[in-house]
Amino acid sequence: MRTTLLTSAQVAGFVAAGYLRLDGIVPDELNDQAIDVLEAGIPRPAYGTPVAQAYPEGSFARRLIELPAVAGALHSLVGPDPTVDHHAVHVREPRNGHAQPLHADAIIDTRMDAFDVQLMYYPREVTADMGGTLVVPGSHLRRINESDTGRYQNLRGQTRLTCPAGTVMLLHHGIWHGGRRNDSDVRRYMFKIRFNPTVPQVRLWDTSDLDDPAVAAELGRRFPWYEQATGRLEVHNRVRMWRALTNDPSFDIEYWTTRVNNRPGRVA
Amino acid sequence: MKQQVLVLYLATSALDAEVVGWSRYDGTGRTEPTAGDGDEPPYETGVEALRDGWRLFQASQLIPPYPGHEYDTSFMKHEFFFEKMS
Repeated sequence: MRTTLLTSAQVAGFVAAGYLRLDGIVPDELNDQAIDVLEAGIPRPAYGTPVAQAYPEGSFARRLIELPAVAGALHSLVGPDPTVDHHAVHVREPRNGHAQPLHADAIIDTRMDAFDVQLMYYPREVTADMGGTLVVPGSHLRRINESDTGRYQNLRGQTRLTCPAGTVMLLHHGIWHGGRRNDSDVRRYMFKIRFNPTVPQVRLWDTSDLDDPAVAAELGRRFPWYEQATGRLEVHNRVRMWRALTNDPSFDIEYWTTRVNNRPGRVA
Repeated sequence: MKQQVLVLYLATSALDAEVVGWSRYDGTGRTEPTAGDGDEPPYETGVEALRDGWRLFQASQLIPPYPGHEYDTSFMKHEFFFEKMS
């Protein structure tokens, strides 16, 4: 199986934003089958089932995640042989005025050196009036529990997903998101799979550009909804995560993490 | 008389700081604001809301970080509640 690994700059972008967006990368041949498959339902495997057991070879889900762009991105983020945590088909009916409260999935997850990835697949074009998924870039490292963020309706720079058919998003498990209301006359479909890594998530991507200045530029990004002071802590926390992902305890941005860990004359 | 509530999240603890997030709850039932329904905030700063007639009734306290949790990030820190009666 051919894969297309992510670059360091792309993985750094994932560490900063909490997601990677692959627009229209699923071929029409699969998209055309998707609605019938999702309507019929995909048998739900037990938590922690290896991919090969969860989705038999040739099945729709298996073909989706073996697309080179998807397989390469998944390998880069969770490594070889992840297990399937769970999956779900989300259907939003036409003229459905209820929006999900902004939330993170599962329970509060404090891991800084490991993460799950949630794949979200949109088999049909999502237009603005169809709602789509609300995602808050750069929210994934904040320690909140599920829908405790429900009070927040709008944050500057939020992504209200509109996308072409065949779009795949890969999201860090902690990202704040929600299904928006559907103001159109068209049903909206999304298929989600959560993957658990089974190997250390260290240098799993194409690291040939590891020293590219684009890496630090991505990791230092601020998002428009960040408060002034807390935004610095977000960058600090990304440095900690990047150090874990690269096994490089010297990596830093603006000397922030190095400075606050400096203990002259003491044995570490 | 029914209450309309506006919640603004500001970039710092100052009321004249930039709005970075917002929510609205309408007790009159005339509108039904919900998650992700807008890209532009209703005001650029908290003071701008005051000038438009909103009455501030609560601002977040400034609470020091708990020792050992100085680098944790969580909820929006600078939350301001406003009301209008109509």
